[in-house]
Amino acid sequence: MTATPEATEATPTIVLVGHGMVGQRFLEALAERGLTATHRVVVLCEEPRPAYDRVALTSYFSGKTPEDLSMTDMEFIEKHGIELYVGDPAEAVDRAAKKVTARSGQVFDYDILVLATGSFPFVPPVPNKDAKGCFVYRTIEDLLAIEEYAKTRTTGAVVGGGLLGLEAAGALKGLGLTSHIVEFAPRLMPVQVDEGGGAALLRTIQDMGLSVHTGVGTQEIVVDEDGAVTGMKLSDGSELATDLVVFSAGVRPRDQLARACGLTVGERGGITVDEQCRTVSDPAVFAIGECALAADGRVYGLVAPGYEQAETAAATIASDEAAFLGADLSTKLKLLGVDVASFGDAHGATEGCLDVVYSDSRAGLYKKLVIGHDGTLLGGILVGDAEAYGTLKAFTGSVPPVSPESLVLPAGAGESAQLGPTALPDDAIICSCNNVRKGTIRGAVTEHQCTTVPEVKKCTKAGTTCGSCVKVLGQLVTAELEASGVEVDKGLCGCFSQTREELYEIVLALRINTYQDLLDRYGRDGAKGGDGCEVCKPAVGSIIASLAPTIGVSGYVLEGEQASLQDSNDHFLANLQKNGSYSVVPRIPGGEITPEGLIVIGEIARDFGLYTKITGGQRIDMFGARVEQLPLIWTRLVDAGFESGHAYGKALRTVKSCVGQTWCRYGVQDSVRMAIDLELRYRGLRSPHKLKSAVSGCARECAEAQSKDFGVIATSNGWNLYVGGNGGATPRHADLLAQDLSDAELIKLIDRFLMFYIRTADRLERTSTWLERIPGGLDHVRDVVVDDSLGICEELESLMAAHVAHYADEWATTINDPEKLARFVSFVNAPDTPDPVVGFVPERGQIKPDLPLLSIGMRTPDNPADVLEGSAQR
Amino acid sequence: MTLAPETTDLKIQLRLGDDWFTVCDLNVLLPGRGVAALLPDGRQAAVFRDRGGRLYAVDNRDPFGGAAVLSRGLTGSHQGRPFVASPLLKQRFDLETGQCLDDETVRITAYEVRTA
Ligand code: SRM
Ligand SMILES: Cc1cc2nc3c(=O)[nH]c(=O)nc-3n(C[C@H](O)[C@H](O)[C@H](O)COP(=O)(O)OP(=O)(O)OC[C@H]3O[C@@H](n4cnc5c(N)ncnc54)[C@H](O)[C@@H]3O)c2cc1C
Ligand code: SF4
Ligand code: FES
Repeated sequence: MTATPEATEATPTIVLVGHGMVGQRFLEALAERGLTATHRVVVLCEEPRPAYDRVALTSYFSGKTPEDLSMTDMEFIEKHGIELYVGDPAEAVDRAAKKVTARSGQVFDYDILVLATGSFPFVPPVPNKDAKGCFVYRTIEDLLAIEEYAKTRTTGAVVGGGLLGLEAAGALKGLGLTSHIVEFAPRLMPVQVDEGGGAALLRTIQDMGLSVHTGVGTQEIVVDEDGAVTGMKLSDGSELATDLVVFSAGVRPRDQLARACGLTVGERGGITVDEQCRTVSDPAVFAIGECALAADGRVYGLVAPGYEQAETAAATIASDEAAFLGADLSTKLKLLGVDVASFGDAHGATEGCLDVVYSDSRAGLYKKLVIGHDGTLLGGILVGDAEAYGTLKAFTGSVPPVSPESLVLPAGAGESAQLGPTALPDDAIICSCNNVRKGTIRGAVTEHQCTTVPEVKKCTKAGTTCGSCVKVLGQLVTAELEASGVEVDKGLCGCFSQTREELYEIVLALRINTYQDLLDRYGRDGAKGGDGCEVCKPAVGSIIASLAPTIGVSGYVLEGEQASLQDSNDHFLANLQKNGSYSVVPRIPGGEITPEGLIVIGEIARDFGLYTKITGGQRIDMFGARVEQLPLIWTRLVDAGFESGHAYGKALRTVKSCVGQTWCRYGVQDSVRMAIDLELRYRGLRSPHKLKSAVSGCARECAEAQSKDFGVIATSNGWNLYVGGNGGATPRHADLLAQDLSDAELIKLIDRFLMFYIRTADRLERTSTWLERIPGGLDHVRDVVVDDSLGICEELESLMAAHVAHYADEWATTINDPEKLARFVSFVNAPDTPDPVVGFVPERGQIKPDLPLLSIGMRTPDNPADVLEGSAQR
Repeated sequence: MTLAPETTDLKIQLRLGDDWFTVCDLNVLLPGRGVAALLPDGRQAAVFRDRGGRLYAVDNRDPFGGAAVLSRGLTGSHQGRPFVASPLLKQRFDLETGQCLDDETVRITAYEVRTA
């Protein structure tokens, strides 16, 4: 809604109609070519919000907000002086006068008009198709309406078993509805997969509890006296009872505006354009995206070809040479958790081609490659396991260096070969959404000094749309770094060449239970026998602590050698503050505390003169304790029933709660009780980084569970578990891992999730970064912890059970151990003399550190002689 | 803590000018960790023992933040040289020379240590 108007006579104007995915890409392409500086750019956007990620629409139901889906950076719009009119569609075009009239009545003169109006969902003309309870699946508004309507219903049906239909059916299921899919064709996804693939898909989808009706058409929507849907009549004479119908029977290009102003459209719709995306009827008008009938005679319903058209149109406007000649229809989807991919000539239309098929319908696997008579890979279909998609797609059109059979056989079945993406030619397309070739990605590493996948994504745009190429991207970046001599040392530190994950596996498998043993046996050559460093000691200390009961060491982190490994804060079981004093944080599980507990904390803080503050983690922090006071403070806290809050540890911090069902009129579960249960279960668990959690009693989410490493939100059927959330410097919303869990299922899943994270994360890697880094991301984690794809769930659960069984409060242990207590002194030779540097001054009725004390006697740049102690310049 | 009998009576001493100043019993020092000692003139020293039994002492004040906390840092060895990392902002100091390994313009006092 920015207006940088006043087109002077001299400034030519580009009017863009439609601000969808392709429209937005077109604006970016204009900006990249400097055209926004030389042109006035007007955008008419029909929807009530600027461009968003329609491809990821369904992720709204797994917790993404409309804001998350947005693709429009308002800073970009403003910076380029683009006039964006949201909620104001174009209503008429006068080509003779070169004017566009918007619904608001505004009239815009154009020199160039670009139509990017997308598609509309096709609704078959069956009786009552507009009844209450009938929906389509295209915009955020559609989803909001479906969600609202589904709240009070139990059954839903989707008309259409194609790509979008399956996605919609999955969404209905996610909303808690019994879901049906009605497909006219004899199999699911008729466009993408063949009969064999359809059968594998069908089986898996039925196993998930969706009812599939293929080979039947919808003849009529049945309604009650209020006009609301109650069912549908099918062509086989049967009737299906349903409260809600979603039509997903294909899309049609939105070419009405073009028709009305006399532009040529195709027989089956679509604005006819040439190879430059210019309409064949009017050189001043372009059409791009799903509304365009491309020069190759096709209307593309995918975003990648649309992007290419946007680039082509922008280039043509800039008088550069560009052409859109057609595009590949490869797709890879994760439908309801099933991998489905098709690429190239998937149906074997090329003359003389042969199929190589591997199928295991019991396992829901189907893989087909289409091979030309000269051995060229022409295309293929993968259902159930699309691991190889990225590589296979890139090899399409060439003769792969290994036999095709070996590419589809499952790992372990003899011949299976791993075709690394390094074998690909430079012009192989790695990211088809953004048309990025392997050479460009290599160049990002070698010429633009990108060393990580996020950097390469930013530099090349590869991997920023559907994400299916990110895995291959990662392999390429690593390979390229290695090849260019950059040693990719994945080692933990100068002492160990292994990653944290590898060290964890070594410790667990060989039951190595001292740091020295590990260093001496597995350290780098120069580090063996040495003292280690400040990086690996706490990291190994944490691994040992996480596995303590299993590898047969004490779970007490100050026991024996473990004491020497702990970070300074863990060593004193408190948080060091800037003047050398400490803060004290007792655990207050779920944030629930009795008046008596509050009084005890108040009394202790008063008696020791501590500063008190309510933390962001729903508990109370007491600051300004001298090291020698810690045992005295904790003796009183432990007596009053408090225990360590591990505010100092890379361990579970807090499980925040909202008041929940007990008091709140909206609550649907007892969130406080669950938060307390979780906090008590996982307290003391050492992990690669701190762990935070929260439990909300309903979807209003007052406990902010979606910003936590593991967050729980109550539903009327149980609990939804979200993982990988983060506040802090790089906030991340958590992803939905599983829905409607019982108490027991929830705890089992969290046990597995946490132990899998602890096992595989890098040092100081929060669950959010871990989830984004590990190959396969959330899907992989779900496979492992929900579906037990690695067969390790039992082990993960028993590791957690051992932790829970052996937990003991480390402050209670410490105050009962005179030898450990002896360490909590200011000076080894003057235990009762307080550190003179630790002092306090009053502020707002409490204390704060006396900072000037810290600088007394310290070196100052202009007075190097003012040295009371130690420090001196070289 | 159990210790070999021959080490139990040993005392740690720091050299202050011409004198040796007794700090504590050797057996109080945990390999890999430090203790703070108050010196007669009010200064503070951080005393460490490494895995091989060698002793080190440096100024206890962190020259960057001013707090007297180096004795609470983690120790390690870097290219064969022992160091302590400040618990405040993690700068490392060579335990033999007091040289800061992350800022060559900064050096803290290092003391000679012995057992007696
Ligand atoms: C005390 C407290 C601030 C307050 O007065 O409210 C606090 C204080 C510190 N936070 Fe925090 N954080 C506190 C809640 C939070 C929250 C809010 C929450 O937990 O709901 C967040 C954002 C949520 C999150 O972590 O995702 C938070 C994100 C951080 C981060 C950034 C983490 C990240 O992944 O980006 C750090 C830095 C780090 O850990 O590397 C940090 C680090 C710290 C440290 C440890 C910094 C330090 O080394 O001195 C502070 C220790 C203070 C002390 O000595 O006790 N603190 N910190 C809060 C203690 C909560 C508790 O009861 O345990
Ligand atoms: C649920 C779902 C999942 C999908 N998954 C995939 C996938 O995995 N892979 C893939 O490649 N593609 C996928 N697609 C298709 C992809 O979203 C489209 O190809 C892409 O959005 C097309 O972009 P577009 O800009 O041409 O059209 P759109 O994104 O539809 O944008 C057109 C915009 O123009 C507006 N408009 C229309 N008429 C006017 C007017 N007169 N004035 C002003 N504005 C107007 C419309 O309101 C709309 O906002 C999916 C689509 C859906 C709905
Ligand atoms: S920067 Fe943030 S975490 Fe650090 S002390 Fe300030 S408020 Fe706390
Ligand atoms: S292939 Fe879709 S983002 Fe790369």
